[in-house]
Amino acid sequence: MTTDFIYITLADDDEDDRLFFTDAFSELKINTKVNTFNDGVELMDYLNNSESVLPNILFLDLNMPRKNGVECLLEIKQNERFNDIAIAIYSTSSSEEHIEETFVNGANIYIKKPNDFNTLKKILAEVVTLNWQYHTSGLNKDNFLLRM
Amino acid sequence: MFLNAKKNYLYLNELALMKVYLKFDYNILTKKIIQEKLSELGCKYTIAGFGEIDFLENIPDEKINDLSAKFESYGIEMVENQKSVLVQKIKDTITELVTSEEPLNVKSSVFIAEKLNHSYGYLSNLFSDVTYTSIENYIIIQKIELAKQLIINNQLSLTEIAYRLNYSSVAHLSTQFKNTTGITPSAFQRIITKRRELSSKNN
Repeated sequence: MTTDFIYITLADDDEDDRLFFTDAFSELKINTKVNTFNDGVELMDYLNNSESVLPNILFLDLNMPRKNGVECLLEIKQNERFNDIAIAIYSTSSSEEHIEETFVNGANIYIKKPNDFNTLKKILAEVVTLNWQYHTSGLNKDNFLLRM
Repeated sequence: MFLNAKKNYLYLNELALMKVYLKFDYNILTKKIIQEKLSELGCKYTIAGFGEIDFLENIPDEKINDLSAKFESYGIEMVENQKSVLVQKIKDTITELVTSEEPLNVKSSVFIAEKLNHSYGYLSNLFSDVTYTSIENYIIIQKIELAKQLIINNQLSLTEIAYRLNYSSVAHLSTQFKNTTGITPSAFQRIITKRRELSSKNN
């Protein structure tokens, strides 16, 4: 039903980024529930807890203390329980090689962090809308690759 | 007492010795009716919110229609269902359109409107309300998904895929692929191949 929520999780050590991100979602038309974590260790503790609600989309910052985005990605991809989570890498880097490597390692979406709030909102809206189509129309998630 | 009241109503009214006022809690009332009708149907469900039912199993169409009829006599209308049924029909028509190997000689909007017997404007608004995307955009998503599958199957060249999906040229397909996914068809193919190598190595 249309009143379903899309659950979204973000792991990012930058407080401003987390704030922008949550604000951007609150302005979208699609109903979302967002929770955030400060680093990869906090995030993995949450995901590995069997009582946690698993997100539909997980946004991972690449550079985080304690456990970085790639380490989280690899850990998540090894656990079948997380198969349905779409993983979005959220990073300042735009090296081609790097991007392709994260896709090969199982990321579905690669987002280069934009400099202004409006672009961020537009990007996130597009990501969530496209993910929603995969979610509701039985599209093959293995083929879900998106670079923004 | 309440049942007897009806019989005695006239009598009471004439004498007006006693008047009873009733207060309703519409939420409880509605919930009770919904629960009763759903139990008659005999399927697993939860009431997710006010006016919202989640079925925990697949319900055949006849049962849904049955329920819809039962609700109707109480003035309860199943809104979402009718909407989403139509949206599903639009999606099915689009799948038919995209997978058809014969090129279409009418515009897709005309094809969809005629097939479903509604105006395109109506369908188009309904579709974006429910899916948050436009019909046009959904068609592109579906075409690109099909292109991805064909690329992975490795049996057709990109030129053949473009032809098969009714693109005017390979360039047109490549551009739309890049615009929709942010990556080129060849990068897509490379990534999926590497992923498969990686997972066969790990297993």
